[in-house]
Amino acid sequence: MASRYPRRMLWFCCVPVLLYLVAPLVIVVPVSFSSASYLQFPPPGFSFRWYESYFSDRSWIDATVLSLQVGVTVVVLSIAIGLLASIAMTRYRLPFSGIVRVMLMTPLIVPSIVVAVAVYSQYVDLHIIGSFWGIVLAHTVLALPFAILLLSSGLQQLPESLEEASYMLGAGRLATFIRVVLPALAPSILSAVLFAFITSWDEIIMVLFIGGTKGQTLPLKMFSYLRTEINPTIGAISTLLIGLVVLGVILSVILGWWRARRRSNKAAGILVR
Amino acid sequence: MSVTTSSVGRSLLTVGRRRQLTAGLLVTPALGLILLLFMIPLVRLIVHSFTTPTLGLQNYSDALMDRTTWRIIRITIEIAFECTAVSLLIGYPVAYLMATSSKRATKVILLFVLLPFWTSILVRMYAWMIILGTKGMINDALLAARVIDDPVKLLYTRFAVILGMIHYLLPFMILSLYSTMTGIDRDLMQSSSTLGASGWQSFWRVYFPLSAPGVFAGSLLVFILGLGFFVTPALLGGPRDTTMPMYIQQRVAVLQFDQATAIAVVLVVIVLILFAIYDRILGFDRLFGGLGT
Repeated sequence: MASRYPRRMLWFCCVPVLLYLVAPLVIVVPVSFSSASYLQFPPPGFSFRWYESYFSDRSWIDATVLSLQVGVTVVVLSIAIGLLASIAMTRYRLPFSGIVRVMLMTPLIVPSIVVAVAVYSQYVDLHIIGSFWGIVLAHTVLALPFAILLLSSGLQQLPESLEEASYMLGAGRLATFIRVVLPALAPSILSAVLFAFITSWDEIIMVLFIGGTKGQTLPLKMFSYLRTEINPTIGAISTLLIGLVVLGVILSVILGWWRARRRSNKAAGILVR
Repeated sequence: MSVTTSSVGRSLLTVGRRRQLTAGLLVTPALGLILLLFMIPLVRLIVHSFTTPTLGLQNYSDALMDRTTWRIIRITIEIAFECTAVSLLIGYPVAYLMATSSKRATKVILLFVLLPFWTSILVRMYAWMIILGTKGMINDALLAARVIDDPVKLLYTRFAVILGMIHYLLPFMILSLYSTMTGIDRDLMQSSSTLGASGWQSFWRVYFPLSAPGVFAGSLLVFILGLGFFVTPALLGGPRDTTMPMYIQQRVAVLQFDQATAIAVVLVVIVLILFAIYDRILGFDRLFGGLGT
């Protein structure tokens, strides 16, 4: 009973912090439906004009499509490359594994502005500023450490006896990988996919240097707008982006429920038998 | 007998060799990519800073003779430090609450922490701009309530930069603290109060020391991340809040690439030293420990 009072104090301290974290995201939504052409709160009227101005503007749509294409390609590349490297690090005795691991992780540590300047001067020499693959590869460098971190920890938690059993039962390496390892690794792969996609989808500093005029991704276009004026179109885009995150959270909660239910059903089935 | 043993030994050896070769092949694409698009450009940048336009320390002495550079280094460290201190102060109670609450409450708090974590940084910058701007919400509210007669300058100030940066950094701090706190045995607090310690005493003398690794890990991580910030000071700060990353970008933009490389190298060296400390004390794998959640 004695701990009741401090407990309430603790909540009292924490709620403002949690509001500080979430309130800015909530505030964006009503502003995006405002009919005013400049910022006004509360909004004078309801309108979809900023959504119209986003969807009817060719350059905004192009930027969104480019970001999506880059993001998806980065996901495919970083998962494929990351999975191979993770297998090497967890299932084989890799020579110099310590150094290799540190090398693969360093892009997480070095400030991205420095990486961006370094890659920029490399790209200038190679004449690939603004090229699609230039942006994709640069983003893959940033996404790869996350993918390796998540995939290798997933593989580490996966008991090797599972694979050994599969070999004993006569499955080859490839069959074991596709039918045993991949399904068991699915949750780790899913979170690696998310991290890789967000890394690219949100990346601004790299494209600021190497994007040029052709490589206008969505964040780059938003950034250059925000630098000059507070355009309500950004509000509409922001609301759409927040909507995506909320959708993702809802999906992951449903997925979690579903998985837990399936597990408990299975357990019940075993008990009945 | 000995012949068979040695041949078995040799074939085992070749199997081992082959497995090593396979491992090497598997890791080649990843290493190749990092080498080509990260290591080599970085080394070239460092070499450039010492050799262009002239061989030697020209770029560094130019940069370090300039008082602007020193001011910018100071501002960068100040901002990173302020962000770290405030994040720790307001993040610790939240992490503690998460670690000591019911599972469901923890999940709800985690949702509040992760929602901004997953949201685009530009969306958040836009949000702060409409909150803090001269025609923004805070000024509107204060004007309407007649607290002030003229709008207060909130946007494009150091205050706005710190507010925006902490909004980004706080989830990292909370997750670092939380991952340490979940490992603390809660019965220890119970025992210490059974032995007569007051609530505060058992917190400060039992719980807090045990959470110290998390405090250290979170603070160092937030500080390192804070040094590298570009977007937030560029969008929310004024001309007097120029940080090292912004300065590097500005130098490149006005085609003073040589000076930019020197400052970039200085920034990398500072970050790598801090990171080496982190690695020494906590180990490499602790970094981004809360990633899985």
